[in-house]
Amino acid sequence: MTTYIEPSPSAAEAALESPTAAPGAAGKAPAPRKPKQGLVHGLLTNSKAMVGTAILLVFIALALLAPVLFPGDPSRITDMASLEPSAEHWLGTTAKGQDVMALTIHGARSSLLVGLTVGFASTFVGILVGLASAYFGKFIDEALSLVTNVFLLLPGLPLLVILAAFLPPGLGTVILVLIVTGWAGSARVLRSQALSIRSKDFVAAAVVSGERAGRIMFREILPNMASIVMGTLLACVIYGIGAQAGLEFLGLGDVSTVSWGNNLFWAGNEGALLTGSWWVFVPSGLCIALVAFALALINYAVDEVTNPRLRKIKPVSEGKAAK
Amino acid sequence: MRFILRRLGFYLIAFWASITLNFLLPRFMPGDPVSRMFARTQGKMQPEQIEALRKLLGVDSRPIWEQYVDYLHNIVTGNMGVSITRFPTPVTEVVASQIGWTLLLGGTALVVAAVVGNLLGILAAWRRGGAIDSALPPLLIFIGSFPYFWLAMGALYLFGMILGWSPLRHAFTDGLEPAFSWEFISDAGAHLVLPALTIVLVSIGGWMLGMRNTMIATNAEDYITMAEAKGLRPGRIMFRYAARNAMLPSATAFGMSLGFVVGGALLTEVVFAYPGVGYQLLNAVQGLDYPLMQGLFLTITAAVLLANFLVDILYVRLDPRVRSN
Repeated sequence: MTTYIEPSPSAAEAALESPTAAPGAAGKAPAPRKPKQGLVHGLLTNSKAMVGTAILLVFIALALLAPVLFPGDPSRITDMASLEPSAEHWLGTTAKGQDVMALTIHGARSSLLVGLTVGFASTFVGILVGLASAYFGKFIDEALSLVTNVFLLLPGLPLLVILAAFLPPGLGTVILVLIVTGWAGSARVLRSQALSIRSKDFVAAAVVSGERAGRIMFREILPNMASIVMGTLLACVIYGIGAQAGLEFLGLGDVSTVSWGNNLFWAGNEGALLTGSWWVFVPSGLCIALVAFALALINYAVDEVTNPRLRKIKPVSEGKAAK
Repeated sequence: MRFILRRLGFYLIAFWASITLNFLLPRFMPGDPVSRMFARTQGKMQPEQIEALRKLLGVDSRPIWEQYVDYLHNIVTGNMGVSITRFPTPVTEVVASQIGWTLLLGGTALVVAAVVGNLLGILAAWRRGGAIDSALPPLLIFIGSFPYFWLAMGALYLFGMILGWSPLRHAFTDGLEPAFSWEFISDAGAHLVLPALTIVLVSIGGWMLGMRNTMIATNAEDYITMAEAKGLRPGRIMFRYAARNAMLPSATAFGMSLGFVVGGALLTEVVFAYPGVGYQLLNAVQGLDYPLMQGLFLTITAAVLLANFLVDILYVRLDPRVRSN
């Protein structure tokens, strides 16, 4: 995750190109000279961020190693139905005789893939819309803000259901639908942040010196909002994973793929809870929760590192925030 | 006043956008919904039913703008067609019979979560680093990380099936006639508790953290120090000085959450088979009941827009800065 905010030279460049950048950047980042290093260093020493990253890496490793750990098709139907967890099947089997452990680990592949794709794509759309809004202003800002606010206001879950019902089922549909319903939130957050950077002197200097619009947006403004972009990205990935699971649980995903949401859909469909087979039901939900929790921890850590008021304080005077 | 008119204009545009989306979706999607539906009902549909459907869904030879004008006219006059799965009940009637349950479930859960969550947030920020502040946020973030429907099913399994404390499904016991009697109201209440509690459980963390973080910023303001120097009671400073000024983001969030009330209760209603609009929407999708699907979506959207508009009006009362503009 930390690699996403790595492109620090551009920010340093921005600082070099216009000397006025330093006080501007200082408002957000802890160290005025090298703001990015401050964030990375802060995250590396933050226990929340480290725990979150560790959990996430474990899941990514499991997803990548799934075909090695459990070769063959995890949804193959066998005659060993509804077995309790045992030495042979660590997490038991489903009503169709599938190994729950294999299903869960293979499920990580689709769930993480969709979550990350949706997260990156909707953050990207959000960056484009937010930056364009903030940079061009006037009519373009009015129009883009209107579209953003309309999408923000349309009830997400019913819109998801309607879209999924009309589009042909498949993984592509799920991803597309989640991006359509997910980009607006990030666009709004990124626009307001970009707007405050847009009014800084170094942007005005760049405009006066005749830089192209694209360069100003992506090389001058964007690097200065890295922490907000990262927070948005994490929130979008959480949204993607959760919404995919919800959609699939309702039976509106592609029921033939193995993913955490579909595992739960089948568990519900086969009445796993009615027959008391809790082991079919628990693992996939727990995995979604752990991944979302890990991402939320990193997000929380980014907040703590970049917002000095939220940092841990030594209890000197009771109930007072350090200024 | 200008602010209100601007917002009103915005909501009208948003509503128009959702009507247009509804109009365009079936017309630009691959496949023909009418033949899909015809195949599904195995030819049991009446000819006039098919005709009405073709009109509604645009399998129609007229030019598209003419269909569009027709469609807008129908929506504005409240004619949303006839439900397929519950033929021949009009869509508006099906929606009307169910929106009340959704409002009851979502409204109860939202109010409880917002009030308790904000109070916890105020306390946590006031006693920074205290028991509430250090124990609750991580716990609530962790609970909030679980997929909502998963928690709901777990709760249903634990409290409904194993312990038997809660009814398993529906909004009231089958066979009971809805009436203003003690018997019916207590029965409906018993059916409401568990679904509402699961919503409160997952949404309370957001309220608490949001309030806590704004309140921490407010606590650092000079007027709080001033109030302390004047020797006001801590309770008075906490609520009348700090919390009151930290409330605005929560009020905005409340408006946004109203969308969750009507739309987001879908998963709750599905898990608990609660007869609200969300549950009906899923049924309509599964039964390929396109008219009902569209009617429900428009109703939900309209409810969300209306609720947000009301919050905007309230906002004018709450925030003098909006009034002066």
